[in-house]
Amino acid sequence: MKKSVFLGTLAATAVVAGYASAGTLDDVKARGELNCGVTTGLTGFAAPDANGEWQGFDVAVCRAVAAAVLGDKTKIKFVPTTGETRFTALGSGEVDMLARNTTWTFSRDVDLKFTFAPVNYYDGQGFMVHKNLGVSSAKELDGATVCIQTGTTTELNLADFFKANNMSYQPVAIQTNAEGEQQYLAGACDAYTTDASGLAATRATFADPENHIILPEIISKEPLAPLVRHGDEQWADIVSWTVRALIAAEEYGVTSANIEELSKGTNNPEINRLLGTEGDLGAMFGLDKEWAKRAVSASGNYGEIFAANIGESTPIGLARGLNAQWTQGGLMYAQPFR
Amino acid sequence: MVSVADTPKDSFRLSMLIYDTRYRAITIQTVIVLLVMAGVWWLLGNLFYNLDQLGKSPSFSFLWNRAGYDINQTLIPYTNDDTHFRAMLVGLVNTLLVAFLGCVAATMIGVFVGVLRLSSNWLVARLMTVYVEIFRNVPVLLWILVAFAIFTEVTPSPRDFKVTDEMIAQGEAPAASMLLMDSVAITNRGTFIPSALYSRSLGEFHIGFLPISLNTLAVLAAFVIGVLVFRAIGRRATAIQESTGVRPVVWWQRLLALFGPLLAVLIGLGFHLEYPTLGGFNFTGGILIGNSLMALWLGLTLYTAAFIGEIVRAGIAAISKGQTEAAHALGLRPGRTMNLVILPQALRVIVPPLISQYLNLTKNSSLAVAVSYMDLRGTLGGITLNQTGRELECMLLLMLIYLVISLLISTGMNIYNNAVKLKER
Repeated sequence: MKKSVFLGTLAATAVVAGYASAGTLDDVKARGELNCGVTTGLTGFAAPDANGEWQGFDVAVCRAVAAAVLGDKTKIKFVPTTGETRFTALGSGEVDMLARNTTWTFSRDVDLKFTFAPVNYYDGQGFMVHKNLGVSSAKELDGATVCIQTGTTTELNLADFFKANNMSYQPVAIQTNAEGEQQYLAGACDAYTTDASGLAATRATFADPENHIILPEIISKEPLAPLVRHGDEQWADIVSWTVRALIAAEEYGVTSANIEELSKGTNNPEINRLLGTEGDLGAMFGLDKEWAKRAVSASGNYGEIFAANIGESTPIGLARGLNAQWTQGGLMYAQPFR
Repeated sequence: MVSVADTPKDSFRLSMLIYDTRYRAITIQTVIVLLVMAGVWWLLGNLFYNLDQLGKSPSFSFLWNRAGYDINQTLIPYTNDDTHFRAMLVGLVNTLLVAFLGCVAATMIGVFVGVLRLSSNWLVARLMTVYVEIFRNVPVLLWILVAFAIFTEVTPSPRDFKVTDEMIAQGEAPAASMLLMDSVAITNRGTFIPSALYSRSLGEFHIGFLPISLNTLAVLAAFVIGVLVFRAIGRRATAIQESTGVRPVVWWQRLLALFGPLLAVLIGLGFHLEYPTLGGFNFTGGILIGNSLMALWLGLTLYTAAFIGEIVRAGIAAISKGQTEAAHALGLRPGRTMNLVILPQALRVIVPPLISQYLNLTKNSSLAVAVSYMDLRGTLGGITLNQTGRELECMLLLMLIYLVISLLISTGMNIYNNAVKLKER
């Protein structure tokens, strides 16, 4: 009997998932609220501020989508998910999209049945150690105890890295970034490994950030991208093109300061199409003309979002690097709005 | 009854299925069984239909793929090149280890606490009450986390053991040092103890996935033989004493019998200890008993022991006071009264609820995930589930395994219960 109850629950979840994937856009509009899956707290990317408002680089993507779809960037329910629970939350329909430092991989895309929006942060896995450990390279970490977030790609990269360099290590699997931070500071592990951006964000919250160094080796490619479920192309397009709109806005110099001005019409047809003063791109996926204008107004263009949350002027202090516009030698490249 | 017997057999009508009390019960049961089956059928059909819609047809073939992740404590050989199935076995063995250690320790502490709660010494009895109330009224997860925090925060880190040339020159001692003639190191990663090595090893053989060391078997065999001879000599001495009235002096024979074979085998195998030594970041060599295992074990043990203490107290209280008085009248001292008269009788009250506590402890061991102990939930239900995305399969397998473990434990304990229960003739 117990078993049938369990199966019933599973079946019920599956039913919910089945309905939810019928038309995410309609569901979100009917609900009047976007359910957005974020991390349980990673300063700079997604964390509640002193007023309990979620802030961060990933949160800004949620806000842009909510603004584009619902016309209000505050109509969001943020659902904190761990590395372990995020895919179940998305797959079961508990959240409409994930914007949560998730690496775009083949098996997640193909086997787990998710559709990834364009990459919003090109990252790589790094190591952080305490300065007095006297380590200057990840190749000196033979025999170290390493804290690692479980359920992530970093777990597999770590095993591969140590194997390729013929070194041994003791993994300590932790659930959330907060737990990892605590274990690392308590000295239960010699090194903490996760995406380099995550390390920088974590280090910024320490009482003594200057005593911790991020080792130069980047041992993997971690393209972080928002994602949605397979099977709802309309919704996938909306999320994807919202991200592209943010990137394109930076390329064309559309900022939250001049967007009102520019939306009255410019002599650049690209900007006009993006902001809806020319043509009606939004209608093609069930939104109005000004969807992209609202998305960019929500927290600014890609460059503004980067600078405000994780850029060099913030305690996290990340350089643009690979995440600069393609015109600046980076990889950020928005497909044409046409 | 007579009228029933007189009723002609061929007068059965369909309405009798509802109105005739002889058939009504069967009718209701049949209908309910059919409804339940239909419900289960509908749910299962729904589940598989929706999984199919998502393009996820249930399959267990992922178990044979390369796992690719590492596990920090493995009792059976495992590398990241092994399969998810083997990772699951590693987790299973870890679960069984902590469950076994926990059950043994919780029983010992529980019996001790239960007996002492009934002590006539006011202070002892109250102390035990305080212990029971504190531990059973706080969630076990908190106790595990508290134990883990203590183990990691209070103990020194491996680099505190380091002795540099400067420190020797200045005559400073390192912040921490090893115990028991430099053989045991307690660190914030875990406790390093020496491991046994054999220079003339007999090798090992495999039963399924489990490697069995012939050395360990030889040592165990020698020990068992020693114990048997030890007891045989004791029995012979008692027999001589009973027939002649004089007990022969046999203590040195018994000691020789107990340790002789063991020493002979150990020397024959070239037994020596490998001490943990500080190298690089951690101690190397020896055996690491992780803090996560210690914390989980301690938390589960102390929590469950509080319940077992209450069960033992209830069992003892269930034995009539007349038994104690009769034993005292025969001249038995209180300790012997408890061991020989009260506890054996109390066992039949104690054992059935004790089974539940063992099952609880085993299932609670899945809280291991809170302290990064890689048990079954951590490997199969954690990393494997995440890396493969097979939630349904992993969860079903996990439930099945816990179910089997629990059923095995209760079968074993029921056999024991049958052995100790009151024999009625």
